[in-house]
Amino acid sequence: MTSVTGFLLILGSLDVPDTGDPSSPPSLHVSPRYIERGFAETDVPNMVTAVLADYRSFDTLGEVTVVFAAAMSVLLILRGGRRRA
Amino acid sequence: MIAEQQSIIVKTLCRLLVPFIQMFGLYVIMHGHSSPGGGFQGGVILASSFILLAIGFGLETVKQRFSIAAVTVFTSTGVLLYAVTGIVCLLLGANYLDYGILPVANPRSIGMLVIEVSVGITVMAAFVSIFHDLITFE
Repeated sequence: MTSVTGFLLILGSLDVPDTGDPSSPPSLHVSPRYIERGFAETDVPNMVTAVLADYRSFDTLGEVTVVFAAAMSVLLILRGGRRRA
Repeated sequence: MIAEQQSIIVKTLCRLLVPFIQMFGLYVIMHGHSSPGGGFQGGVILASSFILLAIGFGLETVKQRFSIAAVTVFTSTGVLLYAVTGIVCLLLGANYLDYGILPVANPRSIGMLVIEVSVGITVMAAFVSIFHDLITFE
């Protein structure tokens, strides 16, 4: 079972495009726009932050909410349960 | 568990290092939109300075300077600031979190800076809060 799964995974990895291949699907759709017009559209020289905080800031809002939810969960589990006991 | 009284070496090193760590954390947050860095990384660096202070001087010293109620308030303040920035853009007539409409110079840059700062506040307070809960839990 493990050998078959491993074989299938290796078989699948043979079709993965090379790192940095300009004709691979991830490099063809939105990436060229971020690279070519990112500075003109966002006034920010850091491309990573431009994508993270401007093009996809809704996603970042979700990430911050996850961190907030984690802190609140730990707070409620470890600090909030004392009243009942 | 953290020892009540640390040696003079640990205390002196903490006292020397904490201001520089906090300064570096603020630098990473404030330069997040123009150089490598950002709210998540800077927030974690700021939180690590408080954890170092707790290791060197005990949790009570940290609580006197940064009370646990304030930590909880800061945790939600960051998320709130983020969401309110989006709503301000909405009220000014653009899409949610579309900073281009903000009435300041370089609105997108400033909008991203506000976002980074709010992310930093939340991450810093969340990590301090989790650290406090984990080491005080019996």
